[in-house]
Amino acid sequence: MNNRIKVLRAEQDWSQQALADKIGVSRQAVNAVERGKHDPSLQLAFDIANQFNQRIEDIFFPEKLTNSEGCE
Amino acid sequence: MSKQEHDKNNYQIKNSANTVKLRNWTIAWVVTMAIAAFAPKFIWDFNTSLTIIALVVNLGIGFRMLIANRAYLRGLDEMQQKILLEAMALALGIGLVVGLSYELLEDIKLITFQPEIAHLVILMGITYLIAVISGHRKYQ
Repeated sequence: MNNRIKVLRAEQDWSQQALADKIGVSRQAVNAVERGKHDPSLQLAFDIANQFNQRIEDIFFPEKLTNSEGCE
Repeated sequence: MSKQEHDKNNYQIKNSANTVKLRNWTIAWVVTMAIAAFAPKFIWDFNTSLTIIALVVNLGIGFRMLIANRAYLRGLDEMQQKILLEAMALALGIGLVVGLSYELLEDIKLITFQPEIAHLVILMGITYLIAVISGHRKYQ
């Protein structure tokens, strides 16, 4: 699953550690989710989306959708 | 700052506290295990009452260590839990498969010495350690 976390973090000028502190996980977890190496649980996806005041589907994209529609 | 946000900011503090608790209970367990193993021979000359007390204390602290380990695992985030779960599954699987084959080696006379449970514990420990390191590298 791909996502826009890095872009959204950059917009807010938040480090991975800052986001991790806000959602109560380790920096490594944020890094793994951001790089698509770990698919977050629904709860974690909601927590991340809430921090950016966005909907989950505006942040996370299935890889098929990403490939076929040219999402980021 | 909301309570939920405050709790989340405390992730690292809570995690560190759980780690320290687990470390302390593990040290206590190892020390009481050493006492239960060596003291009957070297300190109280196999006094049955003292040996039973040492064993009960060791078991009690062992269970306390398990509770601390559970609290430690529950305090981790989902990715860390996943890494440790995979490592534990691998260590358990290797321990079961290799342990039974190792025990069989003596029965079928392929080795002449008695298989030791300590060898299995060492194997599982090393497997767990490698799996945890490899898991962290995988999600880097």
